[in-house]
Amino acid sequence: MSKFRKKEKGELPAISTASLPDIVFMLLFFFMVATVMRDSSLMIENRLPSADQVEKLKKDRTIFIYAGKPSSQYKQFGVEPRIQFNDAFIGLEDVQSSIYQGISEMNEELQSKVVVGLKVDKDTNAGLVSDIKQELRKANALKVMYIANARKDE
Amino acid sequence: MAKRAAPEVNAGSMADIAFLLLIFFLVTTTIEKDKGLLRSLPPIDDSEVTPPIIKQKNLFTVLINRHNQLLVEDEEMQLKDLRQAAVEFLDNGGGTNAAGETCTYCKGKRDESSSDHPDKAIISMKHDRETTYEKYMDVQNELVAAYNILREREATRLYKKYYPNAEKVFTAMLEEKEKNQFSKDEVLNERIETIKNLFPMKLSEAEPDKD
Repeated sequence: MSKFRKKEKGELPAISTASLPDIVFMLLFFFMVATVMRDSSLMIENRLPSADQVEKLKKDRTIFIYAGKPSSQYKQFGVEPRIQFNDAFIGLEDVQSSIYQGISEMNEELQSKVVVGLKVDKDTNAGLVSDIKQELRKANALKVMYIANARKDE
Repeated sequence: MAKRAAPEVNAGSMADIAFLLLIFFLVTTTIEKDKGLLRSLPPIDDSEVTPPIIKQKNLFTVLINRHNQLLVEDEEMQLKDLRQAAVEFLDNGGGTNAAGETCTYCKGKRDESSSDHPDKAIISMKHDRETTYEKYMDVQNELVAAYNILREREATRLYKKYYPNAEKVFTAMLEEKEKNQFSKDEVLNERIETIKNLFPMKLSEAEPDKD
């Protein structure tokens, strides 16, 4: 009997898992780069309406304004639809100044191409939206994108 | 004393750690793709100029009341019929435009009592304060769709030869413009402008009454 036994024939060598961490890291980095952390948490209900004639939105030149009923954690603000900008409820009279603030935070070459993205809950009164639009006209931010869920063309 | 090699750190659990991080980012990632209807608001005009008189036949009025019912040209209408009605109105071409040209590309009924020319045809929309935003968006969508249908038709007629494989020629043109946004393509821009000028989007919105 020999000390070094011969390997049995036909046994498969184990697959090396040494490169597994590399693969996983690669995926990890992809998702780290692709992740956008939500910068403003919504304080309102926000179920978007749907439309089929939608265009894509250019994110770098967009200021978002949200509107809708305060969600269940913010019951103390009542049930009337409210406007939210960044992290706070604002009144109609603050829309203009918020827009100016949003524009000043943007890249300079994009400031003239600013688009206001309106994310409005579908049960909101259209009257509130037209009030917001009036304020936007006063602030001279004339491009508006009504954000909607894309629906398939029938 | 004999030099001893530092013992190698066991890297076996590295994959586990990486997986943990990976799963965290997988769960928190929302690859956002916002889409919507792009519209331009009219600038505020303080000058006291009397607005030009628009003939009633060149005006397509859409009213939405507080019960989300639609009144189009003084008749009640269902939402599904609005798109076709708007297309027929815009495409009518019953007369001449401001320059006195007839609409050569219109395929409508050429009805005397409807719009003269796509240049002159204006869609006017008014809603109540109590109208829901959902209905408002539905109507906006249908009206924009009417313009898009006509623009697609004209783009197919004029430029199909450049986009033989595209199902929707105008969309294909816009997509190409989007792709080449850093290298200006004058010819393409000109073509897009031509199509837009054939059916200029004249969609006016009246302010809801305050009461």
